[in-house]
Amino acid sequence: MVRQMVGDDVPLAWCGGNPEGGLGTSVEAILAAIDRAWSDRGVAILVDLGGAETNSEMAVEMLDGDRAHKVVVCNAPVVEGAVMAATEASGGASLAEVRATAEELSPA
Amino acid sequence: MIESSHLRAAIVAMATTVSAHAEELTALDSAIGDGDHGANMKRGFDAVAADIDTIGAKPLAEALKAVGTKLVMTVGGASGPLYGTLFLTLGKELAANPEAYVAAYRKAIDAVAARGKSEINQKTLLDVLYPVADALEAGRSKADVVEVARAAVAGTKDRKAIRGRASFLGDRSIGHVDPGARSSLLLIEAVAGVLP
Repeated sequence: MVRQMVGDDVPLAWCGGNPEGGLGTSVEAILAAIDRAWSDRGVAILVDLGGAETNSEMAVEMLDGDRAHKVVVCNAPVVEGAVMAATEASGGASLAEVRATAEELSPA
Repeated sequence: MIESSHLRAAIVAMATTVSAHAEELTALDSAIGDGDHGANMKRGFDAVAADIDTIGAKPLAEALKAVGTKLVMTVGGASGPLYGTLFLTLGKELAANPEAYVAAYRKAIDAVAARGKSEINQKTLLDVLYPVADALEAGRSKADVVEVARAAVAGTKDRKAIRGRASFLGDRSIGHVDPGARSSLLLIEAVAGVLP
């Protein structure tokens, strides 16, 4: 959906499933996805339910210090958040602006 | 003094009990969560046990960190980062202050609470981990500490879930033992069984 609505300019990566491919998330897969989506402007992560958020935060902490502060986990709905974040990012916005736009979608 | 040999025995005991109770954990989790806690914990502790020769060769603090990292990388649910953080922080604290076990445990469960953005009495593993810290700090015997943990698990049954997937159920979470509290007890019993 992000590709269709925003185009190919924004680096994008996704992952899902536990290390055996079942329901859940894998920290290793999240780290690999951060690598694929990496640019010097940083990475905004969108997640669905609890474990995805906790595992993403863990993955961010496992990055080295210079990269860790350029990755944020957004408190936003995954589909709408991803589309809005990518739209904002494609216009050249900073990571903080991208995150703020995604998080506007969350009820306060 | 706790040594790497104790940790080796604890790893075997933890993996064995988690494996033996995997179906029970999954049944508890099916009632109020997403039904993967048993399989996730088993995958994590099986992976730790498979690495026991590498992990057991390290000094205690480093070995604890290795257990934490392995859990984080293999469990796949929220319990991975939570239990992973517990072991990682234990290792980090004991590297700084060897033999300050109780203080390290307190720091480790505070780190788990921060990781889960939770606190005691929200129907999570913290409901067991915190009373255990209090009992350890009060110098209670090993048998007493395990008894405190057992009572704490039972106490989660009539509590309403405030954090985690079970919180989506609101009042309907009442009447079920928390799966994370149950798995904490399994680990505590296993560790108590091998410690001096």
